[in-house]
Amino acid sequence: MAKVTLAKALNAGLRKAMEDDPKVLLMGEDVGKLGGVFRVTDGLQKDFGEDRVIDSPLAESGIVGTAVGLAIRGYRPVCEIQFDGFVYPAYDQIVSQVAKIHFRSLGKVKMPVVVRIPFGGGIGAVEHHSESPEAQFAHTPGLKVVACSNPVDGYWMIQQAIACDDPVIFLEPKRQYHADKAELDDHQTLQSVQPLFTSRVVRAGTDLTLLAYGPMVKTALASAEAAAGEGRSIEVVDLRSLSPLDLGPVHESVRKTGHAVVVHEAHVNLGMGAEVAARISEQCFYSLEAPVLRVGGFDTPYPPSRMEEQWLPDLDRVLDAVDRSLGF
Amino acid sequence: MSDPTSAPAAEHGEAFARHQAAIADLKSAHLVQLLTPEGERVEHPEFSFDAGEGADEDETIRGFYRDMVLTRRIDTEATALQRHGELGIWAQLLGQEAAQIGSGRALRPQDFVFPTYREHGVAWCRDIDPLRLLGLFRGVDQGGWDPHDGNFGLYTIVIGAQTLHATGYAMGMQRDGVVGTGDPERDAAVVAYFGDGASSQGDVNEAFIFAASYNAPVVFFCQNNQWAISEPIERQSRIPLYQRALGFGFPGVRVDGNDVLATYAVAQAALQRARDGQGPTFVEAYTYRMGAHTTTDDPTRYRLSEDLETWKLKDPIQRVKAYLVRNGLAGQDFFDEVDDEAERLGEHLREGCRALPEPDPLSVFDLVYAEQTPELAEQRAGYAAYLDSFEMGAV
Repeated sequence: MAKVTLAKALNAGLRKAMEDDPKVLLMGEDVGKLGGVFRVTDGLQKDFGEDRVIDSPLAESGIVGTAVGLAIRGYRPVCEIQFDGFVYPAYDQIVSQVAKIHFRSLGKVKMPVVVRIPFGGGIGAVEHHSESPEAQFAHTPGLKVVACSNPVDGYWMIQQAIACDDPVIFLEPKRQYHADKAELDDHQTLQSVQPLFTSRVVRAGTDLTLLAYGPMVKTALASAEAAAGEGRSIEVVDLRSLSPLDLGPVHESVRKTGHAVVVHEAHVNLGMGAEVAARISEQCFYSLEAPVLRVGGFDTPYPPSRMEEQWLPDLDRVLDAVDRSLGF
Repeated sequence: MSDPTSAPAAEHGEAFARHQAAIADLKSAHLVQLLTPEGERVEHPEFSFDAGEGADEDETIRGFYRDMVLTRRIDTEATALQRHGELGIWAQLLGQEAAQIGSGRALRPQDFVFPTYREHGVAWCRDIDPLRLLGLFRGVDQGGWDPHDGNFGLYTIVIGAQTLHATGYAMGMQRDGVVGTGDPERDAAVVAYFGDGASSQGDVNEAFIFAASYNAPVVFFCQNNQWAISEPIERQSRIPLYQRALGFGFPGVRVDGNDVLATYAVAQAALQRARDGQGPTFVEAYTYRMGAHTTTDDPTRYRLSEDLETWKLKDPIQRVKAYLVRNGLAGQDFFDEVDDEAERLGEHLREGCRALPEPDPLSVFDLVYAEQTPELAEQRAGYAAYLDSFEMGAV
C-alpha cells in the first residue's frame, strides 16, 4: 500500500469504519462537498451520501447535541469540530451530556460519540486555531481522550475510537495532517493492532524517559536523536491515550532511567504533564534521580503566530530540560 | 420600563416603521381553545378534538380527567415528601396538568419524548412508575428508568439541552425510514419539552435551526408557565413565543395550556405533521406555574397573589369536571373512584419512596463507562479496601 499522510490515513480509517458499520455517521461544518477544511473527510459524502456525511449548520453545540440524540437512537456519530478553539460552544453538551449520560442512565444508554478535534499550533494561523484543550476533557469523567501522532496510528485509532461504546475525544495534530507519510498495513485488523487506550515506547533508551503525544512526539523523537549524538540514550514514549492514561510502560521505563521529562504544547499549569508527573512520583519515587520536568506552552493565551515558534516547545527547549534533569 | 418596539417610528425611516408595525401585529396572540374555563366546549376553525377512530369520546375525556387528578396527586405527594425531608427537592407541575396530559396522550408508542425535569404528567402517560421519578429528587440515582422502555428520555436539568437531543433523535428516525411512510404503526415523531425560560437558550435556538434545516420530525412543545424561577416571560421575549417559529421557517401555534382537549388536539396535529414528514412545529402551551419553581423557591418574593387567584379560575382539572358533570358524562361514583385511586397512588409513593434502596457507594465507579478503565477499576479497588479497613477494625 502506498505511503499516506495523516489526513489521508484518517480519511481511509473513516471510510473503513463507515463501510464496516452502517450506523456510523460523520457530521460537522464543511465535511461534505468540501471534505472538511483539512480534507480529512474528502470524498466521503460523494460515496456515502448526505444522510451519512452531514454538513451541519454552523453551530458546535448543535453538532454535538444532535449527535447525542442520534446516539440514543442507535447511531455512532463522528463529529468534526473544525478547530480546537471552536469546541467551547459545544463544551456544555460534551461535558454535561455526552460524558454523563451513561452514568446518569445507570448504564442503560450508551454514548458512542467521537468528537474529532484538530489541535495544536505551528501552522501560522490566526487566534483560536492553534489551541490544545486536551486537559479540560481529560479532567472530565465519562470521556475518553486520545491523541494520534502519525498516519498509521491515525488510521487504526480512529476506527477503534468509533468502535468504542464510550465517548472519545479524538485529537488530531493538525500540523501533521499533510506532513510525514507512512505505509498502512492492510494485513492487520482492529483486533490485532495495539489496543486504543495504551501508550507505546517508540524509541528505546536507558538514560532518560521522554513522554509526549500528538504533535510533540515528532519533536521528542528528534530531540532523542540529537541527544544520541551527544552520547545520551533517551527512551521516548508516545502516550497516545490521555484518559485513561496507560502509564505502566512509563513507570517501567522511569524505574530504569531514573529521569522523566513530559512534553506537550498545552499550557504547563494543570496540564497533562502535571498528572503524569504526580503519578510517576507516586509509583517510581525511589527510582527517581531528579524531579519530573515539564516542557510546554507558557501559561498565556496562545500567542500571535509570528511568536508561536518561540512559544511552542521545540527541540532546544526539550534538550534544555533533558540537560536540567540529567544534571540535577 | 419602556417598550422599545413601540417607540416612535418616524426617525428610523419607512423600512423600520414597516418592521415595527409587523412586530406590533405579532404581539396579538391567537389562542387555540376548545374547552373554556367554565367547562363549555367551543369550536375552533382549525383544530378540533378527535379522540381517534373507534374511541369513545366521553371515555377519553374521563380518562384525561383521571390522568390529571393522578398527576396532580403525584405532585402534591412528592411536595409533601420533600417537606418531610424524604426528597431533597421537588419540581412542581401544579397547573400544568392539561398541557402534559393532552400532549402526552397524543403520543403513539413509537414516538419518543425528551423531557425537562418537570414532565411528571408526560412520564405518567409513558407508564413510568412515578416512584422512579422520585429517585432523582431523593438522591438515590439520576434517572432510574430505561429511556428505551416507554421511549421517555432522562430528565434533563441543563436548561434546553434536550431539545438538541430530540432533534438528533428525530434525524435518526429519518435515517431509519420511519417518517412519512403512511403506515400509522410505523411513522414516528419526537417531542421536546421545554419552558419559556429555555427559549432564551442557545441550544434551543440551535435545535430550531437544525430541525428546520433537516426537516426533522420533532415537535417543540413549550410550556410557557410565564415564570423562569423569578423572571417573568417579558424578560425572555417581547413577542408571544410561538411567533418566533416563523423566523425559523416552521409553524408555531399557541394553545390554551390549561385546556386538555385543545393541547391534545394541537399536539396530535403537530405530531402527525412530523410523522408525515412535514417537519418541525412549535407548540406554545400557554399556562401558569401555580406552584413554586421548586420546593426551595418562594414566589411571594416576586409575584402577586392576585395573579395566582386569576389562574386558579382557569384550573385545568376543574373545567373538565365541570364539563363532565354539566353534561351528565360522569357521576359521583366516577369521581369517588378516581379519588380512591389517587389515595392508593399517594400511599404507593409514600411507602415506596422511603423504601427506595440506598445506593452502594462502590456502584459509582461501575457506571462511568461502558468499557471500564483500568485506572477507575484501580480507584474502585482502593476505595473498597479503604472501606474494608474500617470493617476489619470493628471486628
